[in-house]
Amino acid sequence: MEWVNDHWGDIFALARSHVWLAGLPLVLGLLIALPLGWAARRWSRLYPVLISASGLLYTIPSLALFVLMPLILGTRVLDRANVVVAMTIYTVALLVRTVADGLGSVPEATLQAARAMGYKGLRRFFGVELPLAVPVIAAGLRVAAVSNVSIVSVASLIGVSQLGNLLTDGYDRFITAEIVAGIVACVVLALLFDGLILLGQRLLTPWVRAQGGRA
Amino acid sequence: MIRFDGVTKKYPDGTVAVDDLSLTAPTGKITVLVGPSGCGKTTSLRMINRMIEPTSGLISLDGQDTGRMNEAQLRRGIGYVIQHAGLFPHRTVVDNVGTVPRLLGWDKKETLERSRELLDRVGLAPELADRYPSQLSGGQQQRVGVARALAADPPVMLMDEPFSAVDPVVRDQLQDVFLDLQSELGKTIVFVTHDIDEAIKLGDQVAVLRVGGKLAQISDPAYLLAHPVDDFVADFVGRDRGYRSLQFQPAPKLPLTSERTLLLGESTAGVSGDWVLVVDDSHRPLGWVEPARVSGEVTSEHLHRGGTVARASGSLRGALDAALSSPSRRGVVVDDEGELVGTVRAHEVLSLIEATDRPDEDRADAFAEEGA
Ligand SMILES: Nc1ncnc2c1ncn2[C@@H]1O[C@H](COP(=O)(O)OP(=O)(O)OP(=O)(O)O)[C@@H](O)[C@H]1O
Ligand SMILES: [Mg+2]
Repeated sequence: MEWVNDHWGDIFALARSHVWLAGLPLVLGLLIALPLGWAARRWSRLYPVLISASGLLYTIPSLALFVLMPLILGTRVLDRANVVVAMTIYTVALLVRTVADGLGSVPEATLQAARAMGYKGLRRFFGVELPLAVPVIAAGLRVAAVSNVSIVSVASLIGVSQLGNLLTDGYDRFITAEIVAGIVACVVLALLFDGLILLGQRLLTPWVRAQGGRA
Repeated sequence: MIRFDGVTKKYPDGTVAVDDLSLTAPTGKITVLVGPSGCGKTTSLRMINRMIEPTSGLISLDGQDTGRMNEAQLRRGIGYVIQHAGLFPHRTVVDNVGTVPRLLGWDKKETLERSRELLDRVGLAPELADRYPSQLSGGQQQRVGVARALAADPPVMLMDEPFSAVDPVVRDQLQDVFLDLQSELGKTIVFVTHDIDEAIKLGDQVAVLRVGGKLAQISDPAYLLAHPVDDFVADFVGRDRGYRSLQFQPAPKLPLTSERTLLLGESTAGVSGDWVLVVDDSHRPLGWVEPARVSGEVTSEHLHRGGTVARASGSLRGALDAALSSPSRRGVVVDDEGELVGTVRAHEVLSLIEATDRPDEDRADAFAEEGA
């Protein structure tokens, strides 16, 4: 515990970095997954293709992806962008299916009603389909958030610092307290992301709780 | 006016849902499409606002080919009440009602005012406005569905079994609200149902479809009940059609007998006879009592309320039913204000029925031509 007391500053700096490296890809990944998921719903032949492709992406070991990034992007080896892009790819891989399934969960009668009222295109998407898909998408987002927080720690191995550093450093120098602090910090971060998404979902879907209130 | 001209819909899997349909839904009237499940009612309805495109044939709205209109614009000008209400689960009741006005670019305040006004028109309490659809009963949801379709005051309304998901009592209320609204608004309405009673109650014109999407018969309800063209239609309109057709025969001047009445709270002392009618201060009938069974004042617990009440200006069916349902066998008849004007007996109504003609034959030709 003494170690932790002496290193609060370091832990916070690493945590801040961790939040960025896990959180930014979550946002970017969602933004990219939305049109892809929509396309997968729209053209039914695209669905299996996109689902298999994204499943495949997710099986690439994170270390391999981190190492490959500079080659593909032409970035410097220590550039944080490598991690952000790699994590975004993982997030997209997880969320395409979620978005597609979320849009698929919108009741057919509601869609028909929207068409009958004269809803078209983007307005229908943002006004009716997307809001109703929020519960499913948020559930997927929570999984992606937790997964991101855990995968990002691997980035220590390519020299991008975040909470994973506590694990590698603690391991190298036999400081158990440092390792424990790293694990606890990761768990706290994951819980924080989870809580934030849950809160956002609550605010965006007041009707879901109304449903529960009646039962 | 909505006109179907030789309209056929064949789905990609080969199902012919609508087969060479020609009919006209006149402006300001209710045209009901009725028929067994799967006979193509929904398909026909959805071809009007082009949610489904016809395979062949032409549909026109006030003489304009709908196939050439902008889809979204066409739809915003046509109110649509979807089967099972189809409300937006994520929007409150007022926001559901305001959907089309918002799409048409009305401002928020204007939309809100209009929505509240409509909720009132369809008989929904103002405090329901901020609820979500899942917090409403089936009947309330259907009212919201109707209000939503009316919101932008479209001249045309398409209604797909709007009252089917509720119990018979609520359905009856909704139908009455709907007829009231229509008598004020005079929309051009195409109404789909599989319930022949609903068709007959609501339709100015009823089109019976058979499975395979063929038009079997189109005419006004009275004529349909009196002259079904074939066994299918006869079977479909049902067994009680003789009795039900009386609904369309306005009662001629009924031979009324004046009735000895008692006021609520009056004593039965000195009153003889089997059944006596009790009325309120405005002479509106409340129910029957048997004087022999009441000692002292008549209270509302003593009243027998089984009998229906007929309006003097109503139909022969109403008059006959009042007589048949009355414990005294004397049917209570009131004027338009609800005040008692007298009673009538079943045999008197029956002789009136015998003296009236059935709906006249000539109209068969008129509709045959329109349908062609
Ligand atoms: N998208 C579709 N593809 C293929 N067949 C369809 C499609 N939609 C409807 N059908 C078929 O077309 C026929 C008419 O369907 P429609 O929904 O118009 O019937 P309906 O009269 O409204 O029935 P219900 O009273 O059950 O609502 C049915 O046989 C139905 O199975
Ligand atoms: Mg139908």
